[in-house]
Amino acid sequence: MADVDVRLVNVTKKFGDQTAVDGITLDVSDGEFFTLLGPSGCGKTTTLRMIGGFEQPTSGLIELKGEDVTFLPAHQRDVNTVFQSYALFPHLTIFENVAFGLRRSGIKGGEVTRRVGEALELVQLVGFEQRYPAQLSGGQAQRVALARALVNRPAVLLLDEPLGALDLKLRKQMGIELKRIQREVGITFIYVTHDQEEAMTMSDRIAVMNKGRYEQLAGPETLYERPATRFVAGFVGASNLLEGRIGSEGDQWTVTLPSGSTIRAPKSLGDIGATGAIGVRPEKLSLLEPGQESKGNALEGVVVDTSYLGVITQYVVEGAGGLRLLVSEQNVDRTTRNDTWRPGERVTLTWRPEHGFVVGDAVGA
Amino acid sequence: MGLIRRHPALVPLLLLLPGITWLGSFYLAPNLQMFASSFWSGSLENGFAFSLGNWVNYPNALGTYQEQYLRSIQYGFAATLICFAIAFPLAYFIAFRSGRARSILLFLVVAPFFTSYLLRTIGWRTILGDESIVLGPLKSVGLIDPSARILDTPVSVVAGIAYNFVPFMILPIYVSLEKIDRRLLEAAQDLYASSWGAFRRVTLPLAAPGIFAGSLLTFIPAIGDFVNAELLGNPGTTMIGNVIQRQFLVVRDYPTAAALSFMLMLLILIGVTIYGRLLGTEELTSKAI
Repeated sequence: MADVDVRLVNVTKKFGDQTAVDGITLDVSDGEFFTLLGPSGCGKTTTLRMIGGFEQPTSGLIELKGEDVTFLPAHQRDVNTVFQSYALFPHLTIFENVAFGLRRSGIKGGEVTRRVGEALELVQLVGFEQRYPAQLSGGQAQRVALARALVNRPAVLLLDEPLGALDLKLRKQMGIELKRIQREVGITFIYVTHDQEEAMTMSDRIAVMNKGRYEQLAGPETLYERPATRFVAGFVGASNLLEGRIGSEGDQWTVTLPSGSTIRAPKSLGDIGATGAIGVRPEKLSLLEPGQESKGNALEGVVVDTSYLGVITQYVVEGAGGLRLLVSEQNVDRTTRNDTWRPGERVTLTWRPEHGFVVGDAVGA
Repeated sequence: MGLIRRHPALVPLLLLLPGITWLGSFYLAPNLQMFASSFWSGSLENGFAFSLGNWVNYPNALGTYQEQYLRSIQYGFAATLICFAIAFPLAYFIAFRSGRARSILLFLVVAPFFTSYLLRTIGWRTILGDESIVLGPLKSVGLIDPSARILDTPVSVVAGIAYNFVPFMILPIYVSLEKIDRRLLEAAQDLYASSWGAFRRVTLPLAAPGIFAGSLLTFIPAIGDFVNAELLGNPGTTMIGNVIQRQFLVVRDYPTAAALSFMLMLLILIGVTIYGRLLGTEELTSKAI
């Protein structure tokens, strides 16, 4: 494991009687692309602002490269931020915007020109030096904000929803770009977003935050394949959660649904606790004609909705007792949508027990 | 309506018509008439005659009243500086620190306008008088000389002008400060600027359009003011506004009064142009949006 760049120990932030961040402890390694993912109000931005020095924790400790910076003001921290709205200085040229941090740290003349040039090259904006921020598109402004932060070669770069203001296509493009830049400069990135897709494509590790804490901290694949809580299962990708009476059969958990059907999942997937559930992602489900041989877990149902989405077709299947399940099937070996299942058709839903996941008791509840 | 539909190009013209009519009748026409009268000779009793040869009205008027011009510039300058020194910290406080009190404070800034300009200026006579609540106690405890006075001195005139025009300095500066995105200041601090550095490199340049507007709104009326010099000054504090007013309404030497007015306008125009160039305000306002 690489060195720890940023360490948060039991960090709490209260605004009046509101707790924005509730005792977070985490380590971010040197050179890591680390993401704080969560809905608005989950405390992710406050956490980032405390690392940046714009807020002071109510209690807890923040370390940067092993040094306590908990109460160090922003301008004395070896950390730079890419702000959500970019916050470019409107009265300065792009060159002067990027040079701002260098000049404040006493770097002069040719060195400034050289490093600003390098930074603009990195974000592919050479030739924009003499323009003003108002003359840039959203994507260009975003790149300038990135260059302005990276040019200082900070130990850690903080990014607060940097792609939030861009349209979808540009967002995806910039996401790939960000990942490339991060690999190129090797600086630790701490990235805040509410967009799970963004988080999944770029991050080495993701902390999924809810109500001031993180519910799971893991790589993208683990988060998707093995979400540990109901919240994570619902926030990262789409999920079907199957709730019922929890039991145990050898090395498998069982959940007996209100309809009487029992489904299974291997205990190796995680601890179901006393109030957990078995879940399954829509693409892990297969649709069969009733009576066909199942893959282990099987539920009967009726197709109530069919949406053809190009790569996949998405179905909503209603089982006994009003249970609704989301199914997505790849459109393989299919030339017309006549081959898809039609609303009203009876089907069997099936999946292999090891393709499900197990969520445990809710965190903090 | 048919006419507009057939000639849509008329619409802007029709929209401008009330404004053009107003300015044409009450600004342009009187100015032209006044400009013409600056080339008059003669008197009210014997009638006036126009002749381009009467351009000598200008150098003559300037020769006689250059002292008052100079004094007006000095007083206007001093009052503007005082206004700025008062207004900037106040506007900064209201924009950045006042919280819920903001609208009350802004109201207090304009509250004096609910009372007549003249009444407020006369009020200062009482406040600054020789045995007033300001000087009286200081004199009785012997802190200042019993013969010391403020009223009817240049100090009271400049103070009066500054007092009367300070809201015109506060409001534009407040607006420009209030518009500043707070994240810009965070960004500056993130980029290693101290609080003072962020103020100097970000807040101040972005407030420049407001400072420019405020100082013009203060300096221009201040330099042409006559009420403060009349009510709070002495014959030695006469400003060019007093001269023009007396020439028009008392002496009725219209040609001299008109020539004096036009030279004042020219003076202000030149000053403002230089000031604008120095501050580069056009660039600032167009790029700070």
